[in-house]
Amino acid sequence: MSKLPPYASTGQITWYYSFRIICALIFFFLIAPIIIIIPLSFNAEDFFTFTRKMLSLDPEGYSLKHYQDFFGNADWTRPLTNSLIIAPIATLVSVSLGTLAAIGLSQSHVPFRRPIMAILISPMIVPLIISATGMFFFYAPLGNWMEANLGMSRDFVGYVKVILAHAVLGIPFVIITVTATLVGFDRSLTRAAANMGANPVTTFFRVQMPLILPGVISGALFAFITSFDEVVVVLFVGSATQKTLPWQMFIGLREQISPTILAAATVLVVFSIALLTTVELLRRRSERLRGMSPS
Amino acid sequence: MKLTKILVAGSALALTAGSASAIDLTLVSWGGAYQASQQKAYVEPYVAEHPDVNIIWDESSSEAVAKLRAMNEAGNVTWDLVDVTIADAMRLCDEGLAMEVDIDDVAAPAPDGTPASEDFGDLLLSECFIPEIVYSITFGYRNDVAAWNGATPTSVCDVFDTKKFPGKRSLYKGPLYNMEWALICDGVPKEDIYTVLGTDEGVARAFKKLDSIKDQVVWWSAGAETPQLLADGEVVIGSTYNGRLFSVIAEQHQPVSMLWDAEIYDLDGWIIPAGLPEDRLKAVKDFLYFATDTQRLADQAKYISYGPARKSSAPLVGKHAELGIEMAPHMPTDPANATNIIMMDFPWWSDHRDDLDAKFQAWLAQ
Amino acid sequence: MSDTTETGPMLAADGTPLKVSLNRALRRQKLRALALIAPLLLFVLITFVVPIGSMLFRSVENEIVRDTLPKTVAALKNWDPSLHELPGEPVYAALAADLKVAVEEKTHTKLGSRLNYENPGMSSLFRQIGRSVKKWDLATDAPFKEKFIEANKGWGDFSTWRTLKTYSPAYTNGYFLNAIDFEKGPDGIRQREGNQKIYVTLFIRTLWMALVIMGSCLLLGYPVAWLLANLPNKTANLLMILVLLPFWTSLLVRTSAWKVLLQQQGVINDVLIWLGFISDENRLVMINNQFGTIVAMTHILLPFMILPLYSVMKTIPPSYVRAAKSLGATDWTAFWRVYFPQSIPGIGAGAILVFILSIGFYITPELVGGTQGVFISNRIAYHISSSLNWGLAAALGTILLAAVMLLYWAYDKIVGIDNVKLG
Repeated sequence: MSKLPPYASTGQITWYYSFRIICALIFFFLIAPIIIIIPLSFNAEDFFTFTRKMLSLDPEGYSLKHYQDFFGNADWTRPLTNSLIIAPIATLVSVSLGTLAAIGLSQSHVPFRRPIMAILISPMIVPLIISATGMFFFYAPLGNWMEANLGMSRDFVGYVKVILAHAVLGIPFVIITVTATLVGFDRSLTRAAANMGANPVTTFFRVQMPLILPGVISGALFAFITSFDEVVVVLFVGSATQKTLPWQMFIGLREQISPTILAAATVLVVFSIALLTTVELLRRRSERLRGMSPS
Repeated sequence: MKLTKILVAGSALALTAGSASAIDLTLVSWGGAYQASQQKAYVEPYVAEHPDVNIIWDESSSEAVAKLRAMNEAGNVTWDLVDVTIADAMRLCDEGLAMEVDIDDVAAPAPDGTPASEDFGDLLLSECFIPEIVYSITFGYRNDVAAWNGATPTSVCDVFDTKKFPGKRSLYKGPLYNMEWALICDGVPKEDIYTVLGTDEGVARAFKKLDSIKDQVVWWSAGAETPQLLADGEVVIGSTYNGRLFSVIAEQHQPVSMLWDAEIYDLDGWIIPAGLPEDRLKAVKDFLYFATDTQRLADQAKYISYGPARKSSAPLVGKHAELGIEMAPHMPTDPANATNIIMMDFPWWSDHRDDLDAKFQAWLAQ
Repeated sequence: MSDTTETGPMLAADGTPLKVSLNRALRRQKLRALALIAPLLLFVLITFVVPIGSMLFRSVENEIVRDTLPKTVAALKNWDPSLHELPGEPVYAALAADLKVAVEEKTHTKLGSRLNYENPGMSSLFRQIGRSVKKWDLATDAPFKEKFIEANKGWGDFSTWRTLKTYSPAYTNGYFLNAIDFEKGPDGIRQREGNQKIYVTLFIRTLWMALVIMGSCLLLGYPVAWLLANLPNKTANLLMILVLLPFWTSLLVRTSAWKVLLQQQGVINDVLIWLGFISDENRLVMINNQFGTIVAMTHILLPFMILPLYSVMKTIPPSYVRAAKSLGATDWTAFWRVYFPQSIPGIGAGAILVFILSIGFYITPELVGGTQGVFISNRIAYHISSSLNWGLAAALGTILLAAVMLLYWAYDKIVGIDNVKLG
């Protein structure tokens, strides 16, 4: 939908504007819940409710105490740290293994391609609660074995378990996004590189990787968010030392409703807006530098 | 004698711990204000004396049975001390998932020398259970409902009266408590509840009574739900733990009042998971001995309105630590509040819970 | 033939026949592809597929009866339930002996819970008899038949013994029967009674609600994806942030936000009253029912619909629609006959993704679904963490998984999994 042509009929004009209004409403639907949580996180009371004082914009109805709680209380800072340890490592594992496998899958002759693909996608389609229990019974003895035979500490093993479990959950997203980019990948480029004497590793990093990078990045983002927002599996596989942010939020909702989880969410929203905008600005800058006009 | 034994054990432990690294103890509790009261009354003073002990909380008590069973089966019990209701404790004990303990061995005698077994008295309902608090499940209601025309609920049966008290109710998503109240309000005398509930006709009767308000009920499964629903005005009356209501009324100043009628007494306490390794067991026992003494239990009541399980703690209960109000009148054990109480028949429930749970869930899904 | 060397197979540079050489190259290529896939495949197989498989295996596994009551199971072998008679003293004696051991090991309560799934009442039967058996002396207290019946008349009930006999084999289809609302009656397999039939309804409801959610995601996602694909990049990328933002907000938080919005004293109702659309007495019930689940889940899954749609629409050249219009098509015809067919892969990808993800959901329905807006996954979670009936949970999970696999397979056949794009 570029611009309305000057010769548009009344019907077309009406449709043009009503379509925009419909889309605006859908966008509003998408962000309404997020808009709602921001004022609620400044609630002076410990409930998820717009109090009278808040509605009449009385400053007494608002407070920063939930933010103080989020940043100052070890109940929240420790889970935040844990999430920031677990999610990136899990993402790294799933992205590196996933990208390799996606490249393998995109070769022209792969035996058993369909069943292999089905297996690799399976973590996405098995209902989480089943995955969680199944993985628990697998990881518990594995953890015991690692503690006993590899001399690892209980905490360290706990992290390893959660990271591996989250890595598995992130894999389908990496596979899907990277194979999708590889579908459009011009194989003659790697052949050309090989012709000019580049070894496969150089070819991969210098030729293939930059081209499929958008797919890898978006896969990584999905994998990251999968781990960062995952609560079912970690509740089973992890122990209290590995409590993650969603775990703490889950408890916050279940046992004691406290707007601290809204404060946490608001902080994350602000953080992700900043992140997404930076990425967008960087992208524009690099386009400008490369002399590409943003089409 | 026992005391010196424990002391020796404790100091030996401290020595070994000092030479080795710090000890992590994972305590399992319910989260929220209750866990905060345990943190302040037991953990903080204990850690002050034992800086080498590191306490980690896991808020999983509501799923304690399932998780302990899974951990036990997988041979990887990561919990050291678990706070559960007496019903769950009995079940865990029956299944061999909790360790049987000699109460006089794990809990200190009262300051006047009364052994723990006497001090806890008839609250010692299971060989695995070390009682902490007596609480009750009772109703709170909004005191500003216009549609009630100034009437206030005075009896538990008003919950079933949707004509006089219109509006949504919140009830526990399970057979516990609801079956008892339904039968009482269907005319069953208090002392016969469990005999009636033991028959198929009795169960049908309770369900029929609950049917009359089923479309008006919001079912809760976590303790935080009823307070939130009441504060929002989503429900006008709802059952929950009395401590939660205390917090809504006294700390959050919501337009909510307590209905002290036919409240159901329940117990909460510790169990030690079966099969702990020797070193962890020692550390747990040392903490437990400290955390269940007379003063600690009384201290806990400064933060939350639950009655301490020891008789000797009752006189020590004072004022709320932050609000400065007298706590005794807010305790479920206070005579003014305990005019009409229901003692839950725990052994009966531990025998029949599986059956009634299945029936209740089927009823709910219809 | 003498001139084989001249007219024989073509040779590659190193002198081997070309066919062989090509084959070798192909094999090497296949091996290289497999070598690239192998680490991940092994990782997923070991840490995911095998554990899930063993979890699902619990749906048929039933060794607990044989393990706990070995003597009784052996003694029951010769007992014929079709005669409708109680077993004789040897069976009761065997049970007493087994229970003596079981009570010592505290395994009888677990068995009681297990059998209670099939015959409500067995749990209390085993718990109570456990306390009596503790006091008995196996050598002197015989005969046991009367003692059992005296302790609890359930032991003189024919159906108790029939349940024990039916569930004595090491493997059972009982969980699966239960999962589709059947049970093993006295005369073979039969449907459960009306008030115990819940699972088939739940499966149908799950599929139905997932369809509705998929439909509403498509309805809301299509226009937005179209707009994003047709706006200048700069604007589209900014609007894309609005799509991605909910994605970056915790699912738990978004669900609670919907609670605040939808409840009767909530924001939407307040706004509607303020606008005068509804009166204070007639506030809309939008939560703790199917509507609440559908709204919240549509919101949560909408980005999964928009992103694949967007990436497909991005590849549709706008010149096609222009060409159609210049050939005399109306706006609608141009869209429906030219644009829409080209966007179908995106619809397929988004729809299947949303559908598959939604039937596995359980936290959101649990929080906003009440009793009527919950899915089969909620029952699975309930059986795993509350009723502890893992066998039934596994059976329900297997059926659910089979349904998802079927969908996946159909999807792969029709659209191809490679065509799924996530932005």
